[in-house]
Amino acid sequence: MSNPETLQVTTPSDREIRMTRVFDAPRRLVFKAYNEPELLKRWLLGPPGWEMVVCDVALKVGDRYRYEWRNTSGKQFGTGGVCREFAPPERVVCTEMMDGYPSESLVTTVLTEEGGKTTLTTTMLYESKEVRDMVLKTGMERGVAASYDRLAELLPTMEKNAIQS
Amino acid sequence: MDASQQLGATFAALADPTRRAILARLASGEASVNELAKPFAMSQPAISKHLKVLERAGLISSHTDAQRRLRRAEAKPLVEATAWLERYRQSLEANFQRLDALLEEMKILEEPKVQKIPRKKQVRRKK
Repeated sequence: MSNPETLQVTTPSDREIRMTRVFDAPRRLVFKAYNEPELLKRWLLGPPGWEMVVCDVALKVGDRYRYEWRNTSGKQFGTGGVCREFAPPERVVCTEMMDGYPSESLVTTVLTEEGGKTTLTTTMLYESKEVRDMVLKTGMERGVAASYDRLAELLPTMEKNAIQS
Repeated sequence: MDASQQLGATFAALADPTRRAILARLASGEASVNELAKPFAMSQPAISKHLKVLERAGLISSHTDAQRRLRRAEAKPLVEATAWLERYRQSLEANFQRLDALLEEMKILEEPKVQKIPRKKQVRRKK
């Protein structure tokens, strides 16, 4: 991906998935946008047509957080967990259990700042390789994107072949 | 197989580095099991096992040419899987682009030289 500010997804170990994204703002602001409900509701929305209807944030160790979204046809989805580390403006560790998924993951978010830009790194650690792979297989969001780079490597030659055959 | 099973089979097949390498090799042209086994320092049966997984996922097909059984790469499942992943990645990226815009707004509001103007309540657009 040529634009360094677009989302990168990698699999650093067989139980993890990592997303990296650069923002043109100091990390104190990125941290704020991640932890204030009024701000979170404005950007954490997912596909078009979904809005965030519940946004209870965790602001200290031991707090529970809960996020819920609803789409225009009334479909609902939620996720939540417990805060394990809270170190503004650089590091937050939380557990996460998404509705409809059988096991919990540990989500570590780290913000680093350089020259006024902030790099956000979110690492999701799953219970086992099997769970991580299930996430990959069933197409659960972040996990699925992890395979994207691999596919992208293969695709140009394969398309060429398809045209020839 | 329905569409989601097809995607699952594609991702499972691609999860293995040897299978990705086989696919990359086949993307540049057809090959027999013998030819495929050579660069991987693997036995023929081991390669055949990987080929079966790839074939079940629809990522390769085989045909016989002058008594040689040749494998060829099939682009369709990859094209579909990639399109699907790209849609997903874009929906995540859409979140982050909204965050970019919000951060720009926050930066302006923080600007020390500019007098702080109390933010107006967002006007809800009627649908």
